[in-house]
Formats: sequence, structure tokens, C-alpha cells
Amino acid sequence: MKHSFFKLLPAVALLVMGLTGLPGCKPKGTQSAISGDAAAKTYVAPGKYDEFYDFVSGGFSGQMSVYGLPSGRLFRVIPVFSVDPEKGYGYSEETKAMLNTSNGFVPWDDLHHIALSETDGIQDGRWVFGNANNTPRIARIDLKTFKTAEIIEIPNSAGNHSSPFITENSEYVVAGTRFSVPIGDKQDVPINTYKDNFKGTVSFIGVDKTSGNMSIAFQILLPGVNFDLARAGKGKSHGWFFFSCYNSEKANTLLEVNASRKDKDFILCVNWKKAEEYVKAGKGQKKTVSYVHNTYDEKKHLATSTLEKEVLVLDPKELKDMVYLMPCPKSPHGCDTDPSGEYIVGSGKLAAVIPVFSFTKIQAAIAAKNYDGDYDGIPVLKYDAVLHGEVQKPGLGPLHTEFDANGNAYTSFFVSSEIVKWNVKDLKVLDRVPTYYSIGHLSVPGGPTRKPWGKYVIAYNKITKDRYLPTGPELAQSAQLYDISGDKMKLILDFPTIGEPHYAEAIPAELIMKNSQKIYKLEDNQNPYATLGDNKARVERKGNEVHVYMTAIRSHFTPDNIEGVKLGETVYFHVTNMEQDWDVPHGFAIKGANNAELLVMPGETQTLAWKPEKAGVFPMYCTDFCSALHQEMQGYIRISPAGANVPLSFSTGTNLPSTSAVPAAEKPAGK
Amino acid sequence: MKKFFNPVLLAAALLLGSCNNKPAENTAPAAESPAGGGQEAVQDDVSQKDVVKVAVGSPDHSTLVAALKQAELVTALSNAGPFTVFAPTNAAFDKLPAGTVDGLMKEDKKTDLQNILQYHVTTSALDTKFLTDGMSLGMVNGDNVTISVKDGKILLNGSASIVASVRASNGWVHVIDGVLLPPAKK
Repeated sequence: MKHSFFKLLPAVALLVMGLTGLPGCKPKGTQSAISGDAAAKTYVAPGKYDEFYDFVSGGFSGQMSVYGLPSGRLFRVIPVFSVDPEKGYGYSEETKAMLNTSNGFVPWDDLHHIALSETDGIQDGRWVFGNANNTPRIARIDLKTFKTAEIIEIPNSAGNHSSPFITENSEYVVAGTRFSVPIGDKQDVPINTYKDNFKGTVSFIGVDKTSGNMSIAFQILLPGVNFDLARAGKGKSHGWFFFSCYNSEKANTLLEVNASRKDKDFILCVNWKKAEEYVKAGKGQKKTVSYVHNTYDEKKHLATSTLEKEVLVLDPKELKDMVYLMPCPKSPHGCDTDPSGEYIVGSGKLAAVIPVFSFTKIQAAIAAKNYDGDYDGIPVLKYDAVLHGEVQKPGLGPLHTEFDANGNAYTSFFVSSEIVKWNVKDLKVLDRVPTYYSIGHLSVPGGPTRKPWGKYVIAYNKITKDRYLPTGPELAQSAQLYDISGDKMKLILDFPTIGEPHYAEAIPAELIMKNSQKIYKLEDNQNPYATLGDNKARVERKGNEVHVYMTAIRSHFTPDNIEGVKLGETVYFHVTNMEQDWDVPHGFAIKGANNAELLVMPGETQTLAWKPEKAGVFPMYCTDFCSALHQEMQGYIRISPAGANVPLSFSTGTNLPSTSAVPAAEKPAGK
Repeated sequence: MKKFFNPVLLAAALLLGSCNNKPAENTAPAAESPAGGGQEAVQDDVSQKDVVKVAVGSPDHSTLVAALKQAELVTALSNAGPFTVFAPTNAAFDKLPAGTVDGLMKEDKKTDLQNILQYHVTTSALDTKFLTDGMSLGMVNGDNVTISVKDGKILLNGSASIVASVRASNGWVHVIDGVLLPPAKK
């Protein structure tokens, strides 16, 4: 019965479409775009694991989210560049320093791109990097803890868009400035002196092989163009890096018109091995700058900020054979290298073709000095000399390209709202599918590496409109999963995302899950305010600060009754979670605090600062449902007027005798 | 079980076949999946042991562990708690009249066994410092246990005393030298 009924469905659907006069030419809605086995392909049964982790940037949320593929289930939002009151990130005393910059504390940013660490050009699952697009920074997230471990600010940069793309052994992540800006001593200049005073830079940030710690190795000083996206060479092109740039017109106003005048802009080719030689030889100039480097100590559970004062700048006008420009039509955006490292795909947003450049031909053109003049002293390679070929009429508004392991490329088209599959060698278009709607980046698991895992391509769309139940003017943004295991791409799932899912990288689950940390060991806890035992819990006054050394364990705080704190004092609750049990965090919140909650992981210490504004008794409680007596996990702190002589006292489980110096009737009312 | 699943799979295959002649490809995740059951089945060699694992790890508590399994209390006691388990040793069980334990382990006595074991558990993580003379503890089975403290020794119902205490991830295991018997039903 079921069989014959379902067999009839497509026929019924066609009939209905015919009768109601729905247009058949424009794919729209699920009935025409989705294949029949989509549910089976994306269904991950309760209790079963997904095949891939998908690290998705949150765009203007400033955070990074973690989904499972193929289910599209959201597992975690990692706070990176924006405060997160849910986790206390940027609110706890321990984490505030993560968001320090040379401009002071910056509570928000715009996280655009993801780079997973690699060894030999293959994802290794150790770290994931993200860029701050607004106040230029790069963050490193440790994939043992899924916590932001480090944030480094990038000097001489403004709008860190062309970042944090990574080399094949994670030697460097890069940071190309989206805005060129005045650099050096004289920065207060008229904007219309752009052509004379504004410069671009690309920075190479070294990544320590063992710790992952970042440090700026060198910056390359470049003409005042806008750097957009980048990819490292790989395999045969390892040692090179390719950056797309627009605005070779050097416009400083109405770029919509003024930066689109030329037929071609550039892809910058950087020989970073050559740059390393110059650095080793002591070339380049150390420039005085000011940038902040924040690191999170996993044993102290504490972030520290360091102000850095110097950066090494290499000027290609003096240091030859390091950078070259390749003409690329027209306002290039994506700049992607294929798994072999031979082909570099430029995607001109306004171009009618997709140019594919050949690394072998680039090397030959450089050797033969086959130049088409220079641009601000940088040699411009002849377009025809470096071109492998062009994909003709691929679609409208090409943006980004990723690859599978079978020699195919997948390019996103914003204007024509589609993904186009084409063959890298013969440049023939093989397939195209619509996206709903207006795709930006796309991602194939392992797609930017030497070893694409393939199987899926995911579209990260800019417009959602009618794809989900409406939620007023603001809608969740949307990702779409396509099966690419066959010749034709098949849409199999829509899933909503946080913020703007700008870019993402997916990685096989087994490369990460086996290393995932369960708890922080109490014996390793080196937080200076840790309380490693209920018998060490205490309250201490230090000047006008009161420090509460508190423990949390199912299902009480020690101490949970505190008296003797006076108005004008700041109370620091240093909460140590004594649990040594996976997935048993405790939370901490206090009434009226102009702050967030704390979420304290097992074995961790976190601190909430609170400056009471009124006298009275204030309740505090555990905010993370921890146990059957979670609701009982609560306590009180009494705040007395500044002049009161209530002695400082604390207890748990003992009802101390009343010590109030002020008779109840005479107690001043709270302010 | 298999008999139940087969028609479902068949229907699914037919359904899929109607739109696409390719057989349904299993998306079976490559990653290892967790086992079924309660939290006792969670793979975790890092965390502190819960009250059940503490008992399992003690050679002096094999009778108690077998009884917990027979009474189907392992899943509940592997939960977040907080629990205090008063854990009679094998010797304590041996003090019961001959045949008592064997009798309780029979399938038709499961309710009685559950009642006795639940009389050894309270939902609160109690360090011995919180056990004070004259205190009455409400146990999971609904009855009370009275605490007395004499010469630094903590006694339960005036008979069994605490001989050792082990902190577990989800509470405390206090080892006792006697089995507590719930008051007779009124």
C-alpha cells in the first residue's frame, strides 16, 4: 500500500503543479530541488555520531560555531571575538584580557574565515584559527578544549579580511589588510591623499609547531590596494602564497563605482621562502608599532595580555624576487589553489570568466622576466603567460572555489545564486545547482587542503527569505548541504546558523573527538585564586576588595553564608568547581550584579567581580543544572553600609549566631 | 527485535526506491558511536569514579554490586546525584541469617531487594562532617535512618557504623559494617 502510494507522489505533484499553474522553469521549494533519499542521507539516529565536525564562522556574531555533518546539528558556539554572557567569556576576571587590544577592551568583532591546522597539507585537528575583520586580529582555538587559547592583534592593518589562511604545515597563518591605511609616524593625513600616503600590508604570523603560539614573523609593505582573500600554495607550490586584491584604482570613495573601472586587478604572489631568507639575513626594518597579544593559560585558567612594540617590515621595492602581481579580471574575490598546488583559481566578482593560473607557468614567466611592466615597483606578470585557461560563461558573480579529490572544482556564484562544478584540467562545466539564496562561501570537507575528503559541498547563503518559518524582519541565515558523491550535486539538507555563516571548514570527526578533553584536573589547577578543598574556602579583605575563595560541588557552595561586606567594596567571587566528572559544570550568579554569570568547568576556577550598589542581603545560586539538588545550591551574602561594624564572617552548614551591630529596627533602608 | 525492524527497513527501501533507483546508501557515521544504556555505559577513563564504580572497584563490596545489578539500580546511581551511599561490606551481608541474601536475589523478591538497597541511599552528598548526632536522614525508599555519634564513631540506626569514606564523582560512599533493614511495613 505504502509503496504504491509513494510511487504516485511525483505524478500527483506534477499534476498539482500543472493545475495550479506553478512555474516549472524556476526551481523553487523542496518539491523540485530535493532528491528522494535526502532524509536517509542526512539522518543521524539519536545517540549516533556525525561523520564530520563543521567549524562555521559566525560572521558578525564574532564567534565560531560547531555543527555535525551530515545532520546539521549545532554542538557548540565557541566565544572568540565577542563577549558571551552565557559562558562568562569577556565578563569573568580570567577571560576579560582575551579581548584587549591596542584600542583597549573591544567586546565585539566580525569573524569571517576559518583555517584548520595542517600537517603535510592534511588537516590534523589540533587548532582552528579565525580572523577578526574589524579590529585586525587572529584567534587560535584549541581543539582539545574548544576554547579560544590565543588572540593576536595585527598592526599596520585595517580590516583583517584576507586571513587567517594557513600554509600546509601550519608554518604561518596570514593577515592581508582589507583597507589600506596611512602607515608609519604620520597617520593624521587628508583622506584624499590616499594615493600618496596609504599602504597595504600582508603579515605572516608564525605558528609554533608544538604549542601553536603565534608571533608575527614579518610584514610585507605593499601598494595601497585592498587585499581580499588568500590561499597558500601546496605541494609543488608550497613556499608561495596567493592573495587576491581589488581597488588597484586606489579609490578612497564610492568604491562601488571607482574601484571597478579597470578590466583587471591583481593576485599577489608571495614567495615566502624568499622572505624567510631575507629575514634570516637580517634584512627588512624593525618598525615601532603597538599591538596586543593575549594568551589563555590552560593551567591557570587565566588570560594575560602583552603589549608588543615592534614588527619586522620587508619592502619589496628593496628586497627583490619576493612578490609578483598577476592580472586577474575583475575585482577578484576568491583566490583558491587546487589540491595539487598547480592551479590557482581567481574569481572576479564582476568577471564573465573564471581564470585558472598555472604555477608552472608562473615560475617560467618569472624566470623569463615575462613582465607587463610594474605596479608601484612590483613586477606584473603577463596574463597570457601565466594563464592555464578560463572557464567560459560559468555563471554570474563567481566568489569562491573548493575542490574534491577527483580533479573537480566547485565555485559559488552570488549573483546567479548557484554552485557550479567544473573540471580543473579541461575547464568544462559539469553540473550546476541552485542555492537558496545568494551563496557566499562554499566548503568541501578538506576542500582547501591537499587531501579533500569530498562527499559534500556546503553552501553558506546570504539571504534566507522564505526558507524557514518567518521570525519577523530578522531571519536565521542558512547553510545547505549537497551530496557530491555522484556525478550530479544533490541538495539534501537546509540548516540554520548563528550570525552570518561566512566560511567554514569540515574535518572527519575521528581527527578531533579522540583528543577532546573531559575535565580540568584539580591537581593541575594553578589559578592564583583557586580553592583546592572545602577546608580552604575563606573570605579575605584586602583594602577595599573582598575576596571570596569559594568551592562548588554537588550540591552546595562553600561558603554559602557571607556577612561583613560593606558598600564601596568590590567583591571577587573566585569559584572553583571541585567536580572531577565529565559534563558537570557549575554556574554562579548573584542578584543585581552588573555582570554576567560564571560557567565553571570541572576542575576550573573562574572569578566574578561585583560592586554592590545597595545594602541588604543578596542571594546567589548555581545556574547550570548540576544535580537533583541543583535548586538547593544557593546561598546569601549580606552587604552592610560603609560605616557598619559587622565583622567579616562566612560559613556553610553552620548557622552562626547573630552578630549584627545594628539593631534590626534601626537598620537603614537600602539606597 | 529484528522482526520488528525488518518491515520498517523494507518500507523505507521501497519508499526511497520510488524516487531513485539507487539503493539507500547508509550514511552510517564513520565515527564510533556510543553504546546504549544509561550513564553507566559512557566511555570515560578520565573522570573520578561515580558511586557505582567505587563499589565495583572494591573487592569487599561484590555482594552489594551484585545486588545493585539485580535491583536495577546501576543506571540511577550512575546519574548526576548527588548521592550518599552507605555501602555494607561483604562481611556485613554475611552477618545476615543464612540464605537471606540468596533469597533476596531471586527474581520474585526484586521489590524487597530494591527497598533494602534504596534504604542505603540518600539524595544528597554528605561528607561525614555533616552527619551529626540525632540527625534523621530521609532515604530514597521513603524511610528514615537515624544518625548517632559516639566517641567519634558514626552509627546508623544504632547498629552499623561507618568504617571508611570514599569521595565519588556524584557523592559519597560510606562503607558500613552492617546491613540496614528498613522498618517493617505498617
